[in-house]
Amino acid sequence: MSALLEVEDLTVTFSTKNGPLDVVDGLSFTLEQGASLGIVGESGSGKSMTSLAVMGLLPPTASLRGRVALDGTDLTALPESKVRRLRGDRMAMIFQDPLSSLNPYYTVGMQIEEAYRAHRTGVTRRQARKVAIEAMERVHIADAARRVDHYPHQFSGGMRQRVMIAMALSTEPDLLIADEPTTALDVTVQAQILDLLQEVRRETGTALILISHDLAVVSEIAEDVVVMRHGVSVEQAPAERLFSDPRHPYTRALLDAVPRIDDEIGELRLVDRSIDAVGGKP
Amino acid sequence: MVRFLATRLAGMVGVLFLVVLFTYAIFFALSPDPAVQICGKNCTPELIDQIRTNLGLDRPFYEQFLGFLSGLFVGSTYGTGANAIDCAAPCLGYSFQTGQPVLEMFEQRFGVSATLAVGAAVLWLLMGVTGGLVAAIKRGTWFDRAATGAALGGVSIPNYVLALVLQYVLVVKLGWLPFPQAVPFGDDPGQWFLNFVMPWLVLAFTYASMYQRLTRANVVDTLDENFVRTARAKGLAPGLVWRRHALRPALTPVVTLFGMDFAGLLGGAIIIETVFGLNGVGKMAADSITKNDQPVIMGVTLVAAFLVIVGNVIVDIVYTTIDPRVRIGARA
Amino acid sequence: MSTTSTGAGTGTEPGTDAPVTGAPATPSRGGPPLLRATDLVKEFAVPGTGGLLGRADTFRAVDGVSLEVRAGETLALVGESGSGKSTTARLVARLMDATSGEVVLDGEPVTHVRGERLRRFRSDVQVVFQDPYSSLNPRHTVERIVTAPLVYQGREVPGGTRAFTQGLMERVGLDPDQFRRYPSQFSGGQAQRIGIARALAVSPRLVVCDEAVSALDVSVQAQIINLLRRLQREEGFSYLFIAHDLAVVRQIADRVAVMSTGRIVEQGERDSVFDDPQHEYTRTLLAAVPRIRPEWERARREAADARAEEETTA
Repeated sequence: MSALLEVEDLTVTFSTKNGPLDVVDGLSFTLEQGASLGIVGESGSGKSMTSLAVMGLLPPTASLRGRVALDGTDLTALPESKVRRLRGDRMAMIFQDPLSSLNPYYTVGMQIEEAYRAHRTGVTRRQARKVAIEAMERVHIADAARRVDHYPHQFSGGMRQRVMIAMALSTEPDLLIADEPTTALDVTVQAQILDLLQEVRRETGTALILISHDLAVVSEIAEDVVVMRHGVSVEQAPAERLFSDPRHPYTRALLDAVPRIDDEIGELRLVDRSIDAVGGKP
Repeated sequence: MVRFLATRLAGMVGVLFLVVLFTYAIFFALSPDPAVQICGKNCTPELIDQIRTNLGLDRPFYEQFLGFLSGLFVGSTYGTGANAIDCAAPCLGYSFQTGQPVLEMFEQRFGVSATLAVGAAVLWLLMGVTGGLVAAIKRGTWFDRAATGAALGGVSIPNYVLALVLQYVLVVKLGWLPFPQAVPFGDDPGQWFLNFVMPWLVLAFTYASMYQRLTRANVVDTLDENFVRTARAKGLAPGLVWRRHALRPALTPVVTLFGMDFAGLLGGAIIIETVFGLNGVGKMAADSITKNDQPVIMGVTLVAAFLVIVGNVIVDIVYTTIDPRVRIGARA
Repeated sequence: MSTTSTGAGTGTEPGTDAPVTGAPATPSRGGPPLLRATDLVKEFAVPGTGGLLGRADTFRAVDGVSLEVRAGETLALVGESGSGKSTTARLVARLMDATSGEVVLDGEPVTHVRGERLRRFRSDVQVVFQDPYSSLNPRHTVERIVTAPLVYQGREVPGGTRAFTQGLMERVGLDPDQFRRYPSQFSGGQAQRIGIARALAVSPRLVVCDEAVSALDVSVQAQIINLLRRLQREEGFSYLFIAHDLAVVRQIADRVAVMSTGRIVEQGERDSVFDDPQHEYTRTLLAAVPRIRPEWERARREAADARAEEETTA
């Protein structure tokens, strides 16, 4: 049985006025059905571009090389119309800022229904509405039957992200990509959303790719981790191995630099030397 | 919501009052003595004084102004006795040159201006908004460049030049349209309609250009919004993404602009009407300026200001209904 | 946010409103308080309410906050969005006027000062903001940015602007030859160093850091935290450090005040707040922070120590 997602030698190039720029360079990883993968990196690492490349949402100024296979089908070889049918249906994505990611002019119910109806034929308005309400209930939005007619600005940040998750899950995708889903949220809300993602995975068996700059968040959710830097995967390993025995100097330096909440001062002394050793920019 | 409306309406009344006061004061200070005008050729100082008293022109400013104000609500009477002239409410003044109350002159001509405004509005909305939308979607392509170029032309070319050129081409050279003739609707609807075709086109072209540019810019901005990215991520068909997610938010500023433009246009398109010989409010304004018919000029000024102010308020109210963030408060 | 003065909250509402103060032990650093704020209140009008008749509804972003910062120490103010921590920082730095309450700097009340006295205040209290690209004028060179505070206060720049700028740049870890560049030409961490240099130009006694490291990458964040600590050691000024990231606060603070819905719910020495939180909200907050598993951390640290041993013995 092939893996759910196989990324092979993925390279994403932007044409800039200073010449072509590879924001992702030769990245390869696999994701099995129902598994969870974390992609960590700092800004400019290419982690977000990777997710856009998988979904086929790269801007027109970018070009893509390599292979991205969903359940054995190479997405890069398909015409846009076929990829569009998979997008939002077999693979779904949620983004960082739920406020700007939802259209303020339409109710959340309408936006969830729209996601569902885009991929199912012969769905009546009433059926779609029922699906939307059920999706909202699944993500624990109270009073869903009434709130389905509310607008995004009437929800708090955490609730909006739940709406995004509900929207993504309405079509029961095989793969959910979450790009910094909790970065814009308060820490208590972040914990709730992460719990929700875990719960969803348990109940539906959806595979998850979690992209984050926050190593601690990734360590709580991901079974496997890819560490990216400047477009390149510097280390890949199951979470336990990566966090307890990092091999690459950059991974080690990154883990050293993470401030610990349970820790005393003194650890950060290691940072300066190790980062300089790999030529990190201050 | 009620509070909002009340505030806006109160503000509107306040602004209108100031406009009336300001306009009246300007005309009061600057206009030549109407008594002299009315008197005509064989004038004597006694006659002028008599007329002045008759019309109440010897009263102080504030009295005259209050008289004018009350005339707006209840009508007023010019002169006394057998020669008294009745001016029904709202009395915008009386034109001694044409021998008609200004309001009556308006009523006769408003239909033409309104027809011109409505027809042009329909055309320019269709052309401008769709043109802008398509140009935004296909930005950088030949269509976009052509549309932008045409829009630039429309904004730059003075509309009377365009009117004359169009007339020359369509009527003289190609003979597609007959020469414009003033014909009331009842007599010959076909000719009446044809009379408006060119003015509509000229007016629409000028406005469409602005709307095309505005729509294009707004849609381009909206296409970069995160919620459009979400719509694409959901796998929606491109047409749906553009129409439902990109266009709708982009239209809000267009709607507000339209309200203002349309209201202003109802007050008469001076140049277009004059060039095409349409007997609308705009032409009346142009004529009254050349003939120095003060009451009419002032009446036109007041009505135009009134329309713009009211249009402004309506636009504000409409805006609150189309943007849910304004219509419904913050979190429930 | 609430529109009542009792500060009833949502979601993360603490069980009780009573603030908890850690044991008033002897201060670990410094002596008398450098800055003391008492019962600060800041009310804002709710937009959309109010109009012709009747005033607008108000809500209290800061609802009776009292704190002190002692000389040479770092007080961290933590809370989630809407807690009022940023507003409090702005009130303390006199970037905003308080609706009521007092701010006293070194025994001198500064709550309502204006003009010359306010300028003197600004030479004692400076601010470093979150995003250097928007808080530093992108059209000014580093030299101009860094010497601006002295210029605005009508003070002479010691040693001339060039030498002064370069000296400051070296102290914050920037290349002194880049004094002619613009903020956009620096990376995030470097640009933040410019902001820090600017705050230091007047030799302040208190630096308010408003989420100063929140927008930085992890590795850069660590460097800036180290820099801030080193500068404090060398110069002896105090920090009022505003943050939402508790792990960062752990690294830099001496004392911690936890804010929620405009009030301080718990205050105390850093370790006692972190290791033994008294207030329910503090406990919720701490529990919510994601952590790498301690056993993994331990294994990693042991492996790193073993490697360091090898290197020294090799």
